[in-house]
Amino acid sequence: MIPSELKIDRNPDGALLLSLAGEWKLGSAIPSPDSALAGPAAGEKAQRLAFATDKLEGWDSGLLIFLAKLFAICRRDGVIVDQSGLPAGVRKLMELASPENQRTGITHGGERPPFLVRVADAAFAQVKGFKEVLAFIGEVTLAFFKMLRGKADFRRLDLIVTIQETGAQALPIVTLISLLVGMILAFVASIQLKMFGAQIYVADVVGIGMVRVMGAIMTGIIMSGRTGAAFAAQLGTMQVNEEIDALETLGLSPVEFLVLPRMLALMMMMPLLCVYSDLMGVLGGMIVGVGMLDIGVMEYVQESRSALNLTHFLVGLFHCFVFGVLVAIFGCLRGIQCERSASAVGYAATSAVVTGIVSIVVATAIITLSCQVLGI
Amino acid sequence: MSAPAEESRTMKEAVIEVKGLEMSYGSFVLMRDLNFTIGRGDIFIIMGGSGCGKSTLLKLLVGLKRPARGEILYDGVSYWEAEPEVQERLKRRFGILFQSGALWSSMTLAENVAMPLEQYTTLPPGQIRELVSFKLSLVGLGGFEEFYPSEISGGMKKRAGLARAMALDPDLLFFDEPSAGLDPISARLLDDLIIELSESLGTTVVVVTHELASIFAIGTNSVFLDPDVKTMTAAGDPKRLLKESPDPKVINFLTRGEGTRQR
Repeated sequence: MIPSELKIDRNPDGALLLSLAGEWKLGSAIPSPDSALAGPAAGEKAQRLAFATDKLEGWDSGLLIFLAKLFAICRRDGVIVDQSGLPAGVRKLMELASPENQRTGITHGGERPPFLVRVADAAFAQVKGFKEVLAFIGEVTLAFFKMLRGKADFRRLDLIVTIQETGAQALPIVTLISLLVGMILAFVASIQLKMFGAQIYVADVVGIGMVRVMGAIMTGIIMSGRTGAAFAAQLGTMQVNEEIDALETLGLSPVEFLVLPRMLALMMMMPLLCVYSDLMGVLGGMIVGVGMLDIGVMEYVQESRSALNLTHFLVGLFHCFVFGVLVAIFGCLRGIQCERSASAVGYAATSAVVTGIVSIVVATAIITLSCQVLGI
Repeated sequence: MSAPAEESRTMKEAVIEVKGLEMSYGSFVLMRDLNFTIGRGDIFIIMGGSGCGKSTLLKLLVGLKRPARGEILYDGVSYWEAEPEVQERLKRRFGILFQSGALWSSMTLAENVAMPLEQYTTLPPGQIRELVSFKLSLVGLGGFEEFYPSEISGGMKKRAGLARAMALDPDLLFFDEPSAGLDPISARLLDDLIIELSESLGTTVVVVTHELASIFAIGTNSVFLDPDVKTMTAAGDPKRLLKESPDPKVINFLTRGEGTRQR
């Protein structure tokens, strides 16, 4: 690379003449624009600036940013720049980048409001968010009753596809998690029960624990992460693509058309998955009981049967039914609330999972407390 | 980019040579037997009706998709047969403006433009900042450095995308439908910008478009893709094609379906 060179002369008419030579490219040692104007050779402050570039071998953005900075200084100091000595391409680009050619009139963000205003804004946003949730639940309920009367608009095919996605396709992960949770429960219980020689009661702990609540909670959390996030992402992307607006302009309610089939599917599939999860949990407990605690298979089954009754089973199913509704509602709500950008879709999915899991835990607490009070 | 604008462009050397190219999705062949040459400093238009494979051809030209058959040579080097380092070097020469700008939404405009510079150069941060500001002011967005893509209009996003595409002073610029979604005045300004950049920097430009006004305003060379026969049916300067092409489909396309030469 030929090094860049800058020679500063004075024209007979008093103008400063900058002669550029060599290659002016990024990465080479390009002189600073200040030295060009205030260098010792420049002497007294000039009123005009001219260029000679016949020895210029090559240039790229390196020369352009040098000139941009130089021109900015000249504008500030009122020095007139004569660009005629520059290559035509450079002149054109400098004109494109000149301040006169910049877009104006759009302001950015604005000032940051004071602390108290921000606190109030956040509080109002919470209230508004809560109202939106209530309104959405209301809309979904109305749509549900409309469906019971056979008047809701949605495609039966959507329902069937969603049933398959939320039901059969969720089986492998439900199997894995429930089996492991059953085994973990059995391990934890066995350590305590062994001290009393009461290993056989592992079957009771695992059976009641899984069937009454753990099976439902694990299924709920899996479905929140798997299906709730998927709903939010699907509807969020539809919002980004204006598909939801297109439905509304056709006079179709997005709640009926999109939310209802998803909620129905989850309401039907969650209890079924819960039963399956209970079974897998008991199986996990049995693997530990038979394999490590020397309990016989029939003995374990018999103990589990005597420990469980229909109430436990129905309480578990009720949990799961509620979780299904919660996961569907929050998944769809976050999707419909989604803004129109790629990052908003990610935020909607995250928010659906977080709200889904929090609501599952809160609902479990409420149901457990109610059962306690009612003596179920 | 060392080639100044004054350089004569009468004898154009080939920058991209496409030989016997076939493109397909799985077993479905989209286009076959594509043969054309893009010369240095050309503004090359890829034209054809909707769905004929223009954008796919662009993807092949920038190395995002592998051709089913045939080859694409850049200054005589085949992209897909080159070593990874050579591929990397070739990619550095490309600047691409996607249809909607494709700005990264979590970054400011300045960070978007700085990304390729930080990735591929060892310039100090101060110089990168200056360069980013200059590139943004080249496309008329000086002062918008700290804006996020969601805060600016569609046309401005395209301009910012162009600033990012030019960050590394590429000698090959690719545009996918640059004027789609822009009002006629913004579209015209973008066309002017493309011509000015090509002329002053000597950049070779490849444009996918079906905007007739743009095709005639900026194109110096072109290829016409016909989905019915699954190959190219015309090539050359679009203004000349309009006057001389014997193919009624090409004439129909270039006259918005009126089928008669009006120029």
